[in-house]
Amino acid sequence: MKFAFYPGCVARGAGPELFDSAVAVMDRLGIEWVELTGASCTGAGVLQEKDQKLGDILNIRTLAMAEQLGLPVMTICSTCQGVMAQADRRVRKDADYLEEINGYLAEEGLSYSGNTTVKHLLWVLVEDIGVETLKKTFVKELSGVNLAPFYGCYIVRPSDALGFDENPERQTSLETVIESVGGNVVDFPGKTACCGFPILLINQRNSLRMVANHTGTASELGADAMVTPCPLCHLNLDGYQPKARRQNNRGKADLPIIHLPQLLGLAMGMDAKELGLGKHLVNTKDIVGKVESIPVAS
Amino acid sequence: MNSKLKVSRFDPETMGSGQRRWDEFEMDLHPSATVLDALIQIREEVDGTLALRCACRASICGSCGMRVNGEAKLVCKTRIADVTEEGTTIVIEPMGNHGIIKDLVVSLDPFFDKVRQVDPYLQPDEEPEQGEFVVNNDSMENLLTAMNCIMCGACVSDCTVLEVDEAFIGPAALAKAWRFVEDPRDDQRDERLKELNEVEGGIWDCTRCFKCVEVCPKDVAPMDRIMEMRDMAIEAGNRNTSGYRHTESFSKSVKKHGRLDEARLAVESAGYTNIPRLIDLAEIGVKSVLKGKMPPIVPHKADENEKITRIFERVESERNT
Ligand code: SF4
Ligand code: SF4
Ligand code: FES
Repeated sequence: MKFAFYPGCVARGAGPELFDSAVAVMDRLGIEWVELTGASCTGAGVLQEKDQKLGDILNIRTLAMAEQLGLPVMTICSTCQGVMAQADRRVRKDADYLEEINGYLAEEGLSYSGNTTVKHLLWVLVEDIGVETLKKTFVKELSGVNLAPFYGCYIVRPSDALGFDENPERQTSLETVIESVGGNVVDFPGKTACCGFPILLINQRNSLRMVANHTGTASELGADAMVTPCPLCHLNLDGYQPKARRQNNRGKADLPIIHLPQLLGLAMGMDAKELGLGKHLVNTKDIVGKVESIPVAS
Repeated sequence: MNSKLKVSRFDPETMGSGQRRWDEFEMDLHPSATVLDALIQIREEVDGTLALRCACRASICGSCGMRVNGEAKLVCKTRIADVTEEGTTIVIEPMGNHGIIKDLVVSLDPFFDKVRQVDPYLQPDEEPEQGEFVVNNDSMENLLTAMNCIMCGACVSDCTVLEVDEAFIGPAALAKAWRFVEDPRDDQRDERLKELNEVEGGIWDCTRCFKCVEVCPKDVAPMDRIMEMRDMAIEAGNRNTSGYRHTESFSKSVKKHGRLDEARLAVESAGYTNIPRLIDLAEIGVKSVLKGKMPPIVPHKADENEKITRIFERVESERNT
């Protein structure tokens, strides 16, 4: 199983622990990868506000690079996943538009013909690897650990860009993974809502109200941690949780936010430090302690 | 098919606001029955006190918006078989972000107040020379997307910003605003854009969460309309918002490096003269440094990033001509 790996700007910038843990976990899963180091940022929907065509050119360029390698693209970011899938859908629906976009790529010797796909690691786990094989890579059963899922908007909407009709299991993939590590799913209505990150720098008050609602509710429901496949959600839910909960009277910032690969790594018995769990703003020592106290299955 | 329905009940005469009761009903329904058919059957055969609103039963009037399994829908358009499998329970609640009058009936007053806020009528400077304004077909076809809105409130129900901020004008009213901004007969375009750019709860407050696009039964795609207005507002010279600075800084970073430079984005969005915001950012930044995860001071670059810069330059020069 080999992928053209697109980690995204955050994993390569403000959230290096995501990149490191993903690579460590992919190794254990037997996923081979080659990083698309020449690919651009997806634009995250921001660039698309200003100029959708420009955004589409950049993302189709990334897909064309993968196509040239004969590989599907794998992301570790819900936002990148969604933004690339939306661009892909637009060109697949409109041959003239694809030709126009390809016109901008010709200079670099690139051209896209729709022969690749974009898949988040989360989907690769449930679709390509499969729960049974996945479970074989785990050495610990996280029973008694309460985990709240938090998807990130762009990996759940717009649904018609995300292949839910052909692959309905994608819609519950995060719960599936939480169950596969043996954890309890803490279900709450905010799991597919917005984390508030896109307006953090525009309307901080509203953004932090969202952070406080989601983390406060999950805490009240007994979650030990929240798991997310989106590093942008992570930035907001982790980095701004103390301020958000203080400002909105939602108690102490006590909910660690864990990247998806970090959760897998814990179940695989990897060292918490190696997984970068010491780099989060909300202290992860309680959840790490809880997992460390679970004996490795023999 | 055998179906179970769990219905949210609220009686203003005996319950305080915010309270609710859940009633469960089990019934045998034809597989092609709609959720509305089921609710009417309950009202006619089981419990005549169940309050709900409907009229056309054909997704035209927009009066039957409710939440089905947590998502806003027109219940006359939603088939039981599409929202449940044999044996599972369908959860029916009134729409979110609206005050509840009784059971499944919500108050639409705030909804229409928001629509009124955007002056939803044409404001031409002059009378037509004779008879009526003549406009071409293309410009009317363009307006159709937003004119299809049936004012059902589904988008408002599930909007993630309205959930935390009542002042947000919201998806339906902003889509309505777009409809007048885009109408060639209107002469208040620039004033409208200026207002939507500056007013509390205006175009920059949307989080781009796609909820309204997902739930709208008429493909109005309010979020897309809002994004178009952001671009139009900027083109019309409104550059005084952190939203504008955010978009500009973001695209400058991608243009130059091929990647996003988070640290610069934060500072530039705040604005170099916004001292309290900068101090606030510095606080988070210092904590990140202590934890060993500060964004690199020298921004990371895509390999051969000059190729990305060239694409930007080409698209920008085409846009300017
Ligand atoms: S995209 Fe914007 S307007 Fe639409 S539901 Fe989300 S926040 Fe509300
Ligand atoms: S935009 Fe769509 S969801 Fe919103 S009120 Fe109009 S028809 Fe209903
Ligand atoms: S009853 Fe008219 S839209 Fe449903």
